[in-house]
Amino acid sequence: MLNFMTKRLFVAALVAFTVSVIAFSLLRLSGDLATMIAGEDASAQDIEIIREQYGLNKPYHLQYLDWLGDGVQGDLGESMFYPEEVTALIKDRLPNTLTLAGLGVLFAMGLAIPMGVIAALRPDSWVDRTALTIAVLGQALPGFWFALMLMFVFGLFLRWLPISGNETLAHFILPAISLGYYSTPAVMRLTRTGMLEVLNSDYIRTAHAKGLPTFVILFKHALRNAIIPVVALSSVQFGNMLGGSVVTETVFQIQGIGHLAWESISRNDFPVVQAVLLLVACFYIVLVLLGDLLNAWLDPRLRVT
Amino acid sequence: MSALLEVKNLSVDIPLAAGMLHPVQKVNFHVDKGETLCIVGESGCGKSLTSLALMNLLPKKAIRAGDGILFDGDDLLKASHREMASLRGNRMGMIFQEPMTSLNPSFTIGNQMEEIMLQHRKVSRQEARDRAVYLLEKVGITGAHRRLGQYPHQLSGGLRQRVMIAMTLMCGPDLIIADEPTTALDVTIQAQILLLLAELQREFDMALILITHDLGIVARVADRVAVMYAGQVVEQGTVEQVFEQPLHPYTRGLLTCIPIPGKTKRGTHLGSIPGMVPSMIGGIQGCHFRDRCPHAFSDCLSNSVELRSIDEQRAYRCLLSPEESARQAAAMEAAQ
Amino acid sequence: MPPSDTKVAGKGLGSLPDDDDRGVPSVESVMQPDAFTMFSRRVIGHRSFMVAAIIMITLIIVALFAPVLAPHDPLGQDLDRRLMPPVWNEAGSWTHPLGTDMMGRDYLSRLIYGARVSLIIGFSAMMISGVLGTVMGVCAGYFGGKVDMVITFLLTTRLTLPVIMVALALVAVVGGSLNTVILVLGFLLWDRFTVVMRSATMQIRNLDYIRAANAIGCSTRRIIFSEIMPNVLGSLLVIATFEIAHSILLEAALSFLGLGVQPPTPSWGLMVSEGKDYMLFDPYLVMLPGFAIFLLVLAINLLGDGARDILAPENRN
Repeated sequence: MLNFMTKRLFVAALVAFTVSVIAFSLLRLSGDLATMIAGEDASAQDIEIIREQYGLNKPYHLQYLDWLGDGVQGDLGESMFYPEEVTALIKDRLPNTLTLAGLGVLFAMGLAIPMGVIAALRPDSWVDRTALTIAVLGQALPGFWFALMLMFVFGLFLRWLPISGNETLAHFILPAISLGYYSTPAVMRLTRTGMLEVLNSDYIRTAHAKGLPTFVILFKHALRNAIIPVVALSSVQFGNMLGGSVVTETVFQIQGIGHLAWESISRNDFPVVQAVLLLVACFYIVLVLLGDLLNAWLDPRLRVT
Repeated sequence: MSALLEVKNLSVDIPLAAGMLHPVQKVNFHVDKGETLCIVGESGCGKSLTSLALMNLLPKKAIRAGDGILFDGDDLLKASHREMASLRGNRMGMIFQEPMTSLNPSFTIGNQMEEIMLQHRKVSRQEARDRAVYLLEKVGITGAHRRLGQYPHQLSGGLRQRVMIAMTLMCGPDLIIADEPTTALDVTIQAQILLLLAELQREFDMALILITHDLGIVARVADRVAVMYAGQVVEQGTVEQVFEQPLHPYTRGLLTCIPIPGKTKRGTHLGSIPGMVPSMIGGIQGCHFRDRCPHAFSDCLSNSVELRSIDEQRAYRCLLSPEESARQAAAMEAAQ
Repeated sequence: MPPSDTKVAGKGLGSLPDDDDRGVPSVESVMQPDAFTMFSRRVIGHRSFMVAAIIMITLIIVALFAPVLAPHDPLGQDLDRRLMPPVWNEAGSWTHPLGTDMMGRDYLSRLIYGARVSLIIGFSAMMISGVLGTVMGVCAGYFGGKVDMVITFLLTTRLTLPVIMVALALVAVVGGSLNTVILVLGFLLWDRFTVVMRSATMQIRNLDYIRAANAIGCSTRRIIFSEIMPNVLGSLLVIATFEIAHSILLEAALSFLGLGVQPPTPSWGLMVSEGKDYMLFDPYLVMLPGFAIFLLVLAINLLGDGARDILAPENRN
């Protein structure tokens, strides 16, 4: 187990390293940085000075090492648009995205797990078919359009909820639904198949033979086992939502890192883009590892002594 | 003696795409208090489904019917879900074939043993825990205290089956149904577990229905035997009667297939029963065993063969009279 | 009772406890109509597959014959006829059955041409990612060892990258156009192909007959093409449909965010984006293109689901 975890951590570190190289290359691909920083009508001499100042005359691998070295110490460079450090910008925006993605995962699990359980209890009934239909329809919904529809119905038409900004928790409800809904089909299907499999298992028959009440059998003996893969999936989905927040945050004007990424991409503010990219990827790596750990914690068979 | 469990014309039907399957057809038997009944038969003869039907644990699509399953006077066929649940694990327990998968992998042995007692008795967790330790020691598990905190995957198959047995004993049931409890285990452990079960049955004075195809074990532990073939009981009686003087050709065939300690003579040629079990989809006319029976004659095809009682204990399902059956068998043996 | 009936009983009992039917011969092959008849029956009997196929065929025809079917030039602006409502509205007219947008362009014509954009992007991106992913998956599965390690690592890295952010950034660097979007999506969405092809190839590679083929000296390439490919074609087809759907959704999102297909090209995602400012008074500007994406993706997904059922009916749950 320890050996296995060490290997996993090593691979995770290697992946993070590769992603950082990709993020770095993206910045260099975007054009001559010195020219960008200096502005369009800067003289060749000014550009040369800036090149010198920012270390842009060094070979790429040294530039990368500089960036990485600073990055590890929390300095991810400066934004070309905002008069702020990238780190400060991200620190400012990250809580909004985490709130959004967290609520999104809560919504997805809160909707999908009960639906999956009910669908598994009555396979082929109308409940099951309705749940599967919702899953199939959900997978075909374009996220941004669904967000606009929610905005239209609940914000503009019914006027129940605010449609843009991130001042109060109410501002996060519609965005969380639109972000979370995209994960419901996967979570629901996994819960359903897991429950179906578990309900047909020998130990559920044993539980019946012990004369336990139905709800104990369902919620203690069955759900506990069926939920294990769902927890890991939810962790990964949380990571996906951080990436997916670009669309949702842009539609609902939430000042999170997704919106920041979109703004920065549109403005060619690549120091910010590469930092956000690296951050989201690192979150994903950590969340996948966390999912595995949660799995091991929930499933005694994986908790090898 | 009063019967603890009396099964009257129990049938199980399962609707399939290909037609109605009748894996259990009008089965009758009874078990007295504190006695061991062995139900014997090959795979697919309906013995497992019969045992699940008693506990009302059949697969969802299976249909159970009959004139009654009287447990201590109450008809289990008429029992509500709640009444059934209060009997299961409490007054009647069941041990399954697959110890590897019959325990929940996510909970400790202790948790799974205690919950059955907490469910049916007004006891504290500590009392339940003490009982669990006591029973784990009873079934021959060393370091019982430590085992309570372990998970099923940390135990071997033999140990898990011992845990299952101990768990079934938690509430001191009147009846235990053991459905081939050792088929999934190593040969060396099989006899240990079965003898343990027989010992506990005597010690706790429970009735035991042991479903098995191991006639050697039957000879050692059973009080009475019911032989099943293709969904029907074809012969029943005390273990002496059935082993000394089998009346049904199938029972006789089974007995020649398997060496039984102290009964099979040295140098005897072990037999086999040729042919296959008939399909149980739709009805079968006549005797179910006729295709494989060495004594079959024209009547076996047309007449439906009923279970004939000879006395209170003994019954068999064959058109031949006991004398005729014995005579033909002797003739065949001589011919070999 | 003829002995050939016995398997039927055994098959049904498979899911029940205890009753194993070892030694009972299989007669499943007897009394079945030929494979093609069975297959067509399964296709026709699959309702959602048939419905999806009809929607899909209609949309493909619409896309192919867009110049014939579209009543107007999708790019033709007419500022006098801006924001005309669809025909079911009182103010609507049959000249523009689905109304016009804020530049006075005929919305029906734009929707029709939009089908082209979506389908072209979906199919082309899938072709690129399919070839890329399949080659990688087959290599990983077939050669194992170091090759597998490297490819698995690439796969892990790819899964770590947030697709939409990377796609946005790449399009921004290279410049948005139909071709860029196709290339970017094609080079990002190969992961599922690789995962499935890798495990399928590994499985088949370990089968006895492949080892036998290897042992009698069949070349590696021949084994891959004659033995592995036909075996995985079914699952490949299913992933391909899902990846088309995935690409279409992503293109729509990219275009919606302004970093995909560039105006004035009629992309459904772009149309939603252009219409969103008018959503309160002219909701059809957002509803129609969004619904078009939804319908197309739904049809493709249902085709994929149906194909999976039809190709491997025993795997249904």
